Amino acid sequence: MIEKVIISGFGGQGVLSAGRILAYCGMLENRSVSCLPSYGPEMRGGTANCHVIVSDKAIGSPVLNNATSLIVMNNPSLEKFEKVVETGGLIIMDSSLVNNIPNRDDISLYSIPATKTAFDMGNITFANIILLGKLISATGIVLKENFEKALYKILPEKKHNLIPQEMEALEYGFNYSAE
Amino acid sequence: MGEKFLMKGNEVIAEAALRAGCRFYFGYPITPQTEIAHYLAKKMPEVGGTFLQAESETAAINMVYGAASAGVRVMTSSSSPGISLKQEGISFIACAELPAVIVNIVRCGPGLGGILPAQCDYFQAVKGGGHGDYKMVVLAPYSIQELYELTVDAFNISDKYRTITMIMGEGILGQMMETVEFKDVENNIHIEKPWATTGTGMKREKNIITSIYIKPEVLEEHNRKLQAKYKEIEKNEIRVESYNCEDADVIVAAFGTVARIISNVIPMAQKEGIKVGLIRPISLWPFPVKEFEKYAHVPKAFLTVELNAGQMLEDVRLAVNGKKPVHFHGRMGGMIPDEAEILEEIKKITRS
Repeated sequence: MIEKVIISGFGGQGVLSAGRILAYCGMLENRSVSCLPSYGPEMRGGTANCHVIVSDKAIGSPVLNNATSLIVMNNPSLEKFEKVVETGGLIIMDSSLVNNIPNRDDISLYSIPATKTAFDMGNITFANIILLGKLISATGIVLKENFEKALYKILPEKKHNLIPQEMEALEYGFNYSAE
Repeated sequence: MGEKFLMKGNEVIAEAALRAGCRFYFGYPITPQTEIAHYLAKKMPEVGGTFLQAESETAAINMVYGAASAGVRVMTSSSSPGISLKQEGISFIACAELPAVIVNIVRCGPGLGGILPAQCDYFQAVKGGGHGDYKMVVLAPYSIQELYELTVDAFNISDKYRTITMIMGEGILGQMMETVEFKDVENNIHIEKPWATTGTGMKREKNIITSIYIKPEVLEEHNRKLQAKYKEIEKNEIRVESYNCEDADVIVAAFGTVARIISNVIPMAQKEGIKVGLIRPISLWPFPVKEFEKYAHVPKAFLTVELNAGQMLEDVRLAVNGKKPVHFHGRMGGMIPDEAEILEEIKKITRS
């Protein structure tokens, strides 16, 4: 298997953290992983992004020209990246912030009010986790159990008290289905 | 091998330096390599080392000159324009035969350029960006694991030959995260440095480290000594990897992250009935001439792919020595070729 994921949004929405956690989970499952954050001028204009690859084989280029999954947290990111999603791939968008609709009929679309839900749950910064939950249930890219392990490894100890809440957010996204 | 870590290339360089016993770092911040300094600013004091943010790149390289003279393991890092500023110091250090490790996480030039990935400093690194007949070992890793291993190696090579070793990578190599597995114990070669200026203790003649030789006979002799050393390095320190080259239709030459793109192209070409080989020079100097000689009779032609206007191309042509055509495909300015584009270049060659 090879999963090629682009996560994109404004700086501060946890785009890079999401990519890092995802790659970390892949590593825990002994897969090859790469996570390439944008560091250049493409971040200007609201498309801070990272390219994550989780694969059974050695990873070639860490730069993604096309993706199997796209997570978008704002309109400019949808506009920029919707065309790179492969046929049969999926787009997961934070409908609290993205009001445009992708112009694609050959992909699966999941629209989740992640930011609003995270806010209601008491921590707006968990929006990225909710979206990752959907990615995990829709693709099986990594195991849900490993997500928790990854959080304990990645987060500094003083933030470990947040992990049960983060797992709730993950669970919400994991089980989310549009009415 | 121990635990696996998910780390950024720049952090891995810094961690590798610490593991190699580097206890002095002098630098000046510049994207896309500043995380090296971040990491060492925090960790160097924990191991009793010295981290110093100099007032400029020029100052930093001269601090390296000083620390290397005292025989300690020392490193500096920068990115293209910063490396240009260091060139005078690099030439002096090479002449004074001091071991030092220099990291260049390349951005795209010329000029202030941009911060996206490029390989446009190949000439500067391997042909001597500073003045005079000198060489430095130049290593070009293509993964985070290799970045770690080569950085540790760089300190050994530097000490062994009293030379500069440069680690050269594209911006993405510094910025991307991959899995890295550190060794429990590093293979740090301990080499006595009786030449170092560590104080005579009134027990020996004083050591002098210099790069000025006024008498022509003496300077020529010193140059001969340097050249003999470079021959020795050429004999012992070639690093190269080849893949799929036996009976290949086209052999691609690529280094650093470009070689990773080629590894994606190989199975794509295979599906279209084209056998593509890859020669990946890891040491850019000394250049793996023999590897190209070995396969020169095999393919219809060679194709060099680089993130520049054609720099390693010249070394590939010299190595292939007219036996086969050597084509070139390059992108500049931070643009990266995709697999389809390279496959198209390969098909052009097989069709012609």
